[in-house]
Amino acid sequence: MNALYSLVLVFALVLIALFGVGSAHMAGLFGTLLPYVAVAVFLVGFANRIIGWAKSPVPFRIPTTGGQQKSLDFIQHDRFDNPVTPGQTFIRMILEICCFRSLFRNTKVELRDGRVTYASSKFLWLFSLLFHYSFLLIVIRHMRLFFEPVPECIAFVEMIDGIMQIGVPRLYMSDLLILAGLGFLLGRRLKDPKLRYISLVTDYFPLLLIIGIALSGIYMRYFEHVDILAIKKLTMGLVTFSPVIPEGVSVVFFIHLFLVCVLLVYFPFSKLMHAGGVFLSPTRNMPNDTRINHHENPWNDPNIKPHSYEAYEDEFREAMIEAGLPVEKKA
Amino acid sequence: MADLPKADELFKSINYTPPSTGWMDTPVDTSPGNWCYPAKAEKLEYLGMPNPREWNPADVDWKLPENWQEIVKEGFRERLDKYRSLKVFMDICVRCGACADKCHFFIGSGDPKNMPVLRAELMRSIYRGEFTLAGKILSTLTGSRVMTEDVLKEWFIYFYQCTECRRCSLYCPYGIDTAEVTMMARELLHLCGVNINWILEPVSNCNRTGNHLGIQPHAFKDIVDFMVDDIEEITGKRLNVPMNEKGHEVIFITPSGDVFADPGIYTFMGYLMLFDHIGLDYTLSTYASEGGNFGLFTSADMMKKLNAKMYAEADRLGAKWILGGECGHMWRVINQYMDTMNGPANNLEVPVNPITGTVFENARQTKMVHITEFTADLMKHNKLKLDPSRNDHIRATFHDSCNPARAMGLMDEPRYVIKNVVKNFFEMPEQTIREQTFCCAGGSGLNTDEIMEIRMRGGLPRGNALKAVQEQHDVNMLSCICAIDRATLPPLANYWAPGVDVCGVHELVGNALILDGEKERETDLRFNPLPGKEG
Repeated sequence: MNALYSLVLVFALVLIALFGVGSAHMAGLFGTLLPYVAVAVFLVGFANRIIGWAKSPVPFRIPTTGGQQKSLDFIQHDRFDNPVTPGQTFIRMILEICCFRSLFRNTKVELRDGRVTYASSKFLWLFSLLFHYSFLLIVIRHMRLFFEPVPECIAFVEMIDGIMQIGVPRLYMSDLLILAGLGFLLGRRLKDPKLRYISLVTDYFPLLLIIGIALSGIYMRYFEHVDILAIKKLTMGLVTFSPVIPEGVSVVFFIHLFLVCVLLVYFPFSKLMHAGGVFLSPTRNMPNDTRINHHENPWNDPNIKPHSYEAYEDEFREAMIEAGLPVEKKA
Repeated sequence: MADLPKADELFKSINYTPPSTGWMDTPVDTSPGNWCYPAKAEKLEYLGMPNPREWNPADVDWKLPENWQEIVKEGFRERLDKYRSLKVFMDICVRCGACADKCHFFIGSGDPKNMPVLRAELMRSIYRGEFTLAGKILSTLTGSRVMTEDVLKEWFIYFYQCTECRRCSLYCPYGIDTAEVTMMARELLHLCGVNINWILEPVSNCNRTGNHLGIQPHAFKDIVDFMVDDIEEITGKRLNVPMNEKGHEVIFITPSGDVFADPGIYTFMGYLMLFDHIGLDYTLSTYASEGGNFGLFTSADMMKKLNAKMYAEADRLGAKWILGGECGHMWRVINQYMDTMNGPANNLEVPVNPITGTVFENARQTKMVHITEFTADLMKHNKLKLDPSRNDHIRATFHDSCNPARAMGLMDEPRYVIKNVVKNFFEMPEQTIREQTFCCAGGSGLNTDEIMEIRMRGGLPRGNALKAVQEQHDVNMLSCICAIDRATLPPLANYWAPGVDVCGVHELVGNALILDGEKERETDLRFNPLPGKEG
């Protein structure tokens, strides 16, 4: 049901763009004003969320330790799953953010013949990586629309992405891989009863939205063969702050652009902020070193004192003396 | 306990298919057996905590304060400002479900609200409904809701069905830690006087008598004397155990569970024998006679208050450093909170092993060393005279307690110690040990009998792994470094892998130690005949 709501939502967005540009002739709105608004909302919203998180202190060092601590010389320290120095912690974060280290640990529980079994389950890790890296590649590739001349590094990424040299225009691997990744992420949400049970509209919507973006992009490149020069005129106009709507820009482009704008606006207010939040997760980005170095809790209350020894002895003094325990004050 | 189903029947009853109603529309079951007994009014009064009263979770009326919704909302807001962890964890979950089948309570019950993601969603849905704009406007679409009495009841049931073991947080791609969420939820419940006696009675005991069990100083000394008697009977040697004495180098603090009941007492005997063997200059304290800290399961403030006795007593007695016994959550507090809350302990010195000269650099700030770090160091330097054959009747495995594993990383030290004193040692399956270890299902203050079925369900993964090594290697002893484990694992083992006993690591050390001038031993510390002495 939640998946269906999301699908309807994404279709509605497509229709808005289709009629907005095709019938209502509001290309100016969709091609110039909306992208500016979307980018502004994204940047301000993203920064706001990060600042909002950063404002709350981290009172305690609470890393989740995933390996042997540093203790005695003859015991092998697991430096990157249980870091104690900033450098080791940095590498732990790199592994987490670039390689999805924790997801790589994933297992799947099954009950079989009176036993609990744990099978390695790396598909979620694999397809998540595929999705995220394809997305990154695609974003980098798109930068060619915002530079003239196109910087070599972007051209290089584009070359690599199309290195298989299949078809004209050349097939980008990332286009296939992102669909594979998205398809898997959506498929498992629909197929696994546990996941279906926890999935909200806000889980399906971004997936379907990004699928919509990918499909409209693929359609433009491989099927409609849109006038890329006209599109580049539009995008260059945007980055040089002299927006134009050239002749011959396909309506599918406006749909594509509109969905991207929706994604940008939606991003800072949604779970997609995991992209920023993962950097701030206290169980990952802190060294396990509070036995080694002092850490300050800004709201630590010095007025919280233990029940004092004096009060303790006052209550039990006689019994203590009788039992032969040392006391501070003799009766 | 009478109506506990048989192990195989319970196993067959587990079903991972969620109910047909959505989780927000599935009412919470508050019938007895699903909750721990509420805290007694007198305990709340003594601790100065809100809303002391007699109440019953099975009743419809929980006698909440009139403005309880406002209290929860304000408390929530305050904690969002105080803890970045809470704020980030409320915002960034993508519900990928990687955590779903990592929780022992889910594995053993199939109840979807025991999936860590959904347990946290119980709180997140309120966060979205109360604190985010989108949640306020589009409540259904964003999975938001407002705080009602039913939600509060659901919190009470499910946040006291989480042992704060952090296994889910290991697998979470963003490190979302349900323990952190559970702690916050419990703090909010405290504000309304909704809490359990199994936590707050130990807390109030600990504050007054120095330990969770409420053992008063003279009784504490009596118990230690009994153990000294037993050691004398077994080894022929009478040990001197200093208590509350000033001017010793080390103060030793261990959970009071170890002086209270078997099998903990055998571990305690092991400590005493070790200290005698190496001639350690130490003292015990009756004022700081608790290593554990049920304040951790109550609130940050209560944890600080109880923990503060350790440094205070070390100062009063003039000790140079603190040696800590075998306990799970105690070491989470010492490793991750102690110095931050109550440090720096400027009067103490960086711990040095007086026998080997090893400087414990990894404890240079807290000035507190774990007993297995200490013993492993002694063994490495060949400072202990050991006869491992006295443990030949034991085929041991080792249960990593959640907190030393995932909030510290103490994994190879206890193994090093065990392998030096036991010849027959076997590991349980790798997905159930070390950082992937499974909880005893009684941690975080849930080791009470009124929820025995919940505990046995949560104990399934550990019990099943234990059964595997029992069948494969004839394992008959589950060793551990946690006093709560020593209380919770015996019924668990008895239920899922009957025939396996539970012991502390230093019980095994005590068996193997050859004390100076001891007689030839006939029995182990449990008065069971040693191998070859059965006749």
